[in-house]
Amino acid sequence: MRLDQQLIAEMIAPGTRVLDVGSGDGALIDHLFRTRQCDARGIEIDMREVTRSVAHGLPVMHGDADQDLVHYSDDAFDYVVLQRTLQAVEKPREVLRQMLRIGRHAIVSFPNFGHWRLRLQILLSGRMPMNKVWHTPWYETPNIHPCTIQDFLELCESEGYVIDRWLAIDEAGERAPWRRSIRLANLFGEQALFLLRRR
Amino acid sequence: MLKPEAVEAGDRLPAQTSFAVRIEEGLTLECGVHLAPLDVAYCAYGTLSAQKDNVILVCHALTGDQYVAETHPVTGKPGWWGRAVGPGCAIDTDRFYVICVNVLGGCMGSSGPKTLRENGEPWGTDFPPITIRDMVFAQARLLDHLGIDRLFAAIGGSMGGMQVLQWVASLPERVGAAMPIATAPFHSAQNIAFNEVSRQAICGDPDWHGGRYWAMDTIPAKGLAVARMMAHITYLSEEALTQKFGRRTRRDAVPSHEAVASGNSLFGEIFEVESYLRHQGSSFVRRFDANSYLTITRALDYFDLSADYDGDLSAPFRHCATRFCIISFTSDWLFPTSQSRLLARALNRAGVNVSFVEIESDRGHDAFLLEEPDLDRTMRGFINGAAEQAGLSQRTAPDPEAPVERGTVVTEGTSHAS
Repeated sequence: MRLDQQLIAEMIAPGTRVLDVGSGDGALIDHLFRTRQCDARGIEIDMREVTRSVAHGLPVMHGDADQDLVHYSDDAFDYVVLQRTLQAVEKPREVLRQMLRIGRHAIVSFPNFGHWRLRLQILLSGRMPMNKVWHTPWYETPNIHPCTIQDFLELCESEGYVIDRWLAIDEAGERAPWRRSIRLANLFGEQALFLLRRR
Repeated sequence: MLKPEAVEAGDRLPAQTSFAVRIEEGLTLECGVHLAPLDVAYCAYGTLSAQKDNVILVCHALTGDQYVAETHPVTGKPGWWGRAVGPGCAIDTDRFYVICVNVLGGCMGSSGPKTLRENGEPWGTDFPPITIRDMVFAQARLLDHLGIDRLFAAIGGSMGGMQVLQWVASLPERVGAAMPIATAPFHSAQNIAFNEVSRQAICGDPDWHGGRYWAMDTIPAKGLAVARMMAHITYLSEEALTQKFGRRTRRDAVPSHEAVASGNSLFGEIFEVESYLRHQGSSFVRRFDANSYLTITRALDYFDLSADYDGDLSAPFRHCATRFCIISFTSDWLFPTSQSRLLARALNRAGVNVSFVEIESDRGHDAFLLEEPDLDRTMRGFINGAAEQAGLSQRTAPDPEAPVERGTVVTEGTSHAS
């Protein structure tokens, strides 16, 4: 399991109901079921990953964040998790609203577009930045809604979400030390991880 | 009539796998008719655990029967799902006690139009109209009879999938896990339309004699064969037909003048796909009863899970603890993925634990019966996951202490082929 998934797992209370939106190979829900006795389920858009997950006995259904969250009832889950996917959905604000409708908490991670290297690239080259995280050219990237940590904070504020915890982490998932300063986190954090709830 | 035979759980010999039970108190059907006695024919494989918690019910499709994993007594062909049911298979008979029941209305031993009434004549078209729900309750009566309270899982494709859905909708506390494959929560207008063509083919055959063909010592072979041929096309995809036959001909595509002048060769078997379908039709006629076909296709047409709930498909599944695995196939146009997705979303609304997989296959509706590695993997994974959740052990040790009451055996079972 990736280190950032480990951090997500630590945010989740044992024995709770969890929906992992974009569950990939199912590593997180498998971990939550086995070590935290959670009723953990997944939604995944890639059919190969879905088949692989179900073949491992994991409850995963084919679907995507934009289309399928609307079909769950209010408060169906304690946590709804969206890993590294917010920037790729069609309507990020609506997806967040759905997550916090069907879940009491939302756990969201996304790559921070405000990282200093990206800023520097665009400043020096005058072109869309490319690196390990943002590795596809602008005309075919699935990441159609990139945002910075600052941007995300602002959205949470305008939507009235309470931020219970947040972390800036580097690509490997290590916790970064600039926890106290959002400005520094926005400059040096490669990934951001938020635990939200409704007000 | 044979004497009642108590079979011990854990008793592997003799390997009798085919049984028939007469339930004297019968069953009140959805149409209001009380059908008594009720005959239920079934096959069973594997060993029932002492806790009777390892039972998997396999539900068969329209023209299937209980011979799921053994040589068919009429056709001599291997079981219709031998690749999925057996020792070491996805539905592992070393681990699970697998039951497959001939549906109510069928023609392989369960009560149906072929069954003799008190006056010594078959029911024929007087057999009451039945529904998928009636089929399920007939199966439940059998389980009551065997002392089995709860199914570890119910699994079935096509009409078998409808029975699986109905099981959970009607008796949720009796089903631990459900795997509806290549199916739908209701029969669509297109599905009904195809069935109607099949029925018209049968009823239009002069040998049908208003359903009393047994009295004339004949069967509507032509009509039933045409019904089967037409239905068979709906089970395949265009791609599958093209791959299998293309435009290949058995002889000259354009017959000679002499051949045409001499008779019917223009409409004889020219293309390979034609002889394939004709073969499908004629072999079907030997094993299936025309009135059964009429009765069961009607039961399919009536099927609409949400009909009793103002069209709310979530309603029958609210608060149910059954784990679901829904499987569809990309090239299945008879029960398309959109229907499975509709079902999956309804189950999501109801808060049910549901897995949903669409398997890539170019073989159409019949894909669920064929060698599909992803299907096999998915089935194994879901069953193992559900077993782990249910706390079922890896292997079920035979326990000779747990007797199973088989009830009255009214017909002699066929023994296992191997």
